[in-house]
Amino acid sequence: MSTTKELWVFAEQREGKIAGVVYELLSEGQILCEKSGYTLCAVLPSADGASLCQELYNFGAKKVYTIDDPKLKDYQNDYYSRAVAQLIHEKKPEIVLYGATTIGRSLAPTVAVMVNAGLTADCTQLDFDVEAGNLLQTRPAFGGNIMATIICPDNRPQMATVRSNVFKKTKVSDSESGEQVSYNVDLSAVPERMRRLESVHEADNTIDLNAAQYIVSGGRGVGKPENFKIIYDLASELGAAVGASRATVDAGWISHHHQVGQTGKTVCPVVYVACGISGAIQHLAGMQSSDVIVAINKDPDAPIFDVADFGLIGDLHAIVPEFQKQIAAAKA
Amino acid sequence: MNIVVCIKQVPDSDKVTIDRETNRLNRAGVPSIINPFDENALEMALQLKDAHGGKVTVISMGPPQAEEALRTALSHGADEAVLISDRKFGGADTWATSYTISLAVKKLGDVDLVLFGKQAIDGDTAQVGPGVAHFLDIPALTYAKAVEVTGETLKVTKVTEDGYEVWDIDKPCALTVVKEANQLRMPSLKKKMAAKKAEIPCWGFNELQPDEEKIGLAGSPTKVSKVFAPPVKLNKEILSGEPAEMITELIQKLKERNVL
Amino acid sequence: MGANIDYGITEEQQEIVNLIDDFGKERIVPVRAELDEKGIFPSDLLKELAQMDLMGLYIPEEYGGFEAGQLGFCLAIETMSKYCIGVSVSYAANALGADPILIGGSDEQKKKYLPPLASGEKWAAFGLTEPNAGSDAGGIATTAVKKGDKYILNGTKQWITNGGEADIYTVFAVTNKAKGARGVSCFIVEKGTPGFSFGKKEDKLGIRASATRELVFEDCEVPAENLIGREGMGFLLAMKTFDISRPGIASQGVGLAQGALDEAVKYAKVRKQFNKPIIANQGLLWMLSEMATKVETARAITYAACRTIDSGIKEVSKISAMCKYYAGDVAMSVTTDAVQVFGGYGFMKEYPVEKMMRDAKILQIYEGTNQIQRDIVGMALVKEYASA
Ligand SMILES: Cc1cc2nc3c(=O)[nH]c(=O)nc-3n(C[C@H](O)[C@H](O)[C@H](O)COP(=O)(O)OP(=O)(O)OC[C@H]3O[C@@H](n4cnc5c(N)ncnc54)[C@H](O)[C@@H]3O)c2cc1C
Ligand SMILES: Cc1cc2nc3c(=O)[nH]c(=O)nc-3n(C[C@H](O)[C@H](O)[C@H](O)COP(=O)(O)OP(=O)(O)OC[C@H]3O[C@@H](n4cnc5c(N)ncnc54)[C@H](O)[C@@H]3O)c2cc1C
Repeated sequence: MSTTKELWVFAEQREGKIAGVVYELLSEGQILCEKSGYTLCAVLPSADGASLCQELYNFGAKKVYTIDDPKLKDYQNDYYSRAVAQLIHEKKPEIVLYGATTIGRSLAPTVAVMVNAGLTADCTQLDFDVEAGNLLQTRPAFGGNIMATIICPDNRPQMATVRSNVFKKTKVSDSESGEQVSYNVDLSAVPERMRRLESVHEADNTIDLNAAQYIVSGGRGVGKPENFKIIYDLASELGAAVGASRATVDAGWISHHHQVGQTGKTVCPVVYVACGISGAIQHLAGMQSSDVIVAINKDPDAPIFDVADFGLIGDLHAIVPEFQKQIAAAKA
Repeated sequence: MNIVVCIKQVPDSDKVTIDRETNRLNRAGVPSIINPFDENALEMALQLKDAHGGKVTVISMGPPQAEEALRTALSHGADEAVLISDRKFGGADTWATSYTISLAVKKLGDVDLVLFGKQAIDGDTAQVGPGVAHFLDIPALTYAKAVEVTGETLKVTKVTEDGYEVWDIDKPCALTVVKEANQLRMPSLKKKMAAKKAEIPCWGFNELQPDEEKIGLAGSPTKVSKVFAPPVKLNKEILSGEPAEMITELIQKLKERNVL
Repeated sequence: MGANIDYGITEEQQEIVNLIDDFGKERIVPVRAELDEKGIFPSDLLKELAQMDLMGLYIPEEYGGFEAGQLGFCLAIETMSKYCIGVSVSYAANALGADPILIGGSDEQKKKYLPPLASGEKWAAFGLTEPNAGSDAGGIATTAVKKGDKYILNGTKQWITNGGEADIYTVFAVTNKAKGARGVSCFIVEKGTPGFSFGKKEDKLGIRASATRELVFEDCEVPAENLIGREGMGFLLAMKTFDISRPGIASQGVGLAQGALDEAVKYAKVRKQFNKPIIANQGLLWMLSEMATKVETARAITYAACRTIDSGIKEVSKISAMCKYYAGDVAMSVTTDAVQVFGGYGFMKEYPVEKMMRDAKILQIYEGTNQIQRDIVGMALVKEYASA
């Protein structure tokens, strides 16, 4: 049992590289630990974690639990969940945070049932109730149309997966010190029930919507598939990814990889430019939490204007190319 | 192959509107649908059955009206359906939901594959699939977009942030399925007529014999402490006029906000 | 089906309508513009309709069909036609091709050919028209000469819907030239029979998704057992086929006109000119009222024809011809008016009504032009009033 209570961040790594969201979580963890007095720690399952610890210290981790095992080199749900659950059982942290990545969202729900913990999904806001000693976990539900604050009063740890790109990264310094605690888990008893055969990074020139800082999206108002060209042109000028509404995907104008919305991707870029998108609730669900929303639509009553920071009323076929032109001119 | 597909009945988000006064969802009179991702799970099951034979059973936990979702699934081609419903199961979070569903899957007996949608569009947690898998002590893969039977194991392609991975996984196992996987086939007229009359057993507390502390509110570690509308945009600006002027103004404003 | 009007539709018929309505929205609408533009035959859609148990609606249960009756089948065609008649004609032409077998085929022929059509495993087509025999169908020149246990077919059929795509063809040919129309016989010819080939796909004004091709017979040997009924029964079979297929064309008209009306009303509510929606102008609103009333009367007469057929009444040529030409004319006028309601936007391919207007024209032409239909009604009148 640790003498002080601990707040853990799951230090997700892929191919020996720590995921960006981990630093975001550590940054937010610094604030939560200040309020709660807990110790900020990271948990790092990998083949060999030692070399990855320094950067975690730099973002505020006082302690890094490294769990080294060749079987933990790449993510495998059975091994990872066993390793993390066992460490939780033993060290009894108060809080465990995971990035809401494909890995985090597989691992955390498995660990949650293993250790009897509540798990709040995909949080966008965290706070600490000092009086009750509870983590206040706020998350969008119903595709972002409502927000819910979830608490977990009776079970420990309190666990949450947290969305990428919502918390700012704050580095403490470039040379923080911290303590590496090596922890051993015997994985030989865990049956090998699944094996990764292949891992492919698609050499897609288009920018990943999930990671994009800027997104330009087209909706029905674009009119026809060929007209997506002006969307692409503006996007490339802005260094943005291209998104689309469900209507355009269903109409076959653009591939579903681009679909933003409840049944597509949920995005939160710095700037989201919605062109000719009416703003069905379905679509809003996927982009509402963008920092700044620019809506271009000829219908002043379009619901998209309800969530927009800047609404441009007019014909997108004139406005979008103009936008591109002026950005290009500004760069030149 | 015996396949169980877990489906959740959810409000049709396309038809939900926001009350502009209160900024809350108008849910009254909104039709219920099968969670869209669960349709992909169902289609995956049906395709596996088409290719390899076997049986597809759909199960849903929810209030009695969730039976409608099960009938819809039958009309699309599922063979059997079971409703999991009991007042005592109400108020469950994903932990308790996973536990309860796992008891139903166990009761179904010999199962090779349990399929889930990627996530439910109302609760939006994506936690039930992996949770059920653990209670059943079977391996799980999330975000599956394709599956192939290779002898005793399954070859599964799962979507990742920047590509995909191919996994070999032992049966029985659990998969959560993404939209890219497929498109649910249309219902058939004969199956639709039969589904209207189908007997759908309802399993409640007595049938599943759960540990009372692990179900419903009591079995749910998370509590919703408050629900509120997302903050509205306060200083929204509407621009109109000539495109060139609007854009000039927009760019300037975006720069002021330090986002360009 | 019309809103708020009681046509006495059964629960089963309603299920058919709902199912096809979903199919139209989810499957046809996303692809119809492309099918139209590129002239792509809707094979995938027909396969899906098969999986939905909808290919055999018109076929009796004993041959694997759903036996939904004339009205059930026509409701299916009508509903599908709201979304695209290029697709719905490709669907309905299967029944047209199969009808001669249903009407005059032997039990063996029915057992052999109807189940695969009911399951949708195979598709059918109807071959009557020739380059020199359109309205005057009795004037066909394709010949069938009996030789042992075979007939040898020679000649060319023109503009055959589902030509080249279908597996089973009912083909009309002259077996006895001296007897004129009474010397015409009908044969079942399977795709792949030596001597049977297809011309190129026609490039058309409308229903561009549907396949229209020539059927070419060059010393094509058809087993004698493929003769439907007896020699000389062909023309009668064709006329009896049209009696039950024409309400299907009428249903295409009703559905298409309904689709155009739906688009027009929706548009008229949102398009603003002079600071108000255009529907607020009585001149335009009345146009919509006329359109709606035409659609409903076309629907009523079409259902009346269907019910007459379902009731077992034998003499249905007049009501079938009436609904065919009336609904066809309504479709033409309503789709034209729908384009008018849309103004210049209606003329553009970005909106669906220009396609609807192009598609509508065929309804006044095929399965007997609307002039010929009026002839049929007229002849029936002459007969009815013969003793008056
Ligand atoms: C506003 C709000 C916020 C919430 N937040 C949380 C939270 O953070 N953590 C938490 O634990 N609970 C939370 N809940 C409770 C949660 O929504 C319910 O437990 C729900 O029963 C399952 O979660 P889900 O809808 O997110 O499903 P998901 O886990 O997203 O569903 C994934 C898949 O599991 C299957 N599935 C899910 N539910 C059922 C079912 N009832 N029957 C059959 N199959 C099913 C489907 O295949 C589905 O596609 C919240 C509820 C609300 C109203
Ligand atoms: C897209 C398409 C699909 C078709 N599919 C099929 C099919 O699947 N199977 C098949 O067998 N056929 C098919 N047809 C043929 C169709 O049925 C004929 O085109 C139709 O019967 C008219 O014949 P026609 O074109 O030779 O016109 P014509 O007979 O040459 O008529 C030309 C004009 O003269 C008028 N006219 C002719 N006779 C009279 C009269 N007695 N009184 C008044 N006016 C008259 C006609 O109404 C018309 O306006 C198809 C045609 C088209 C265009």
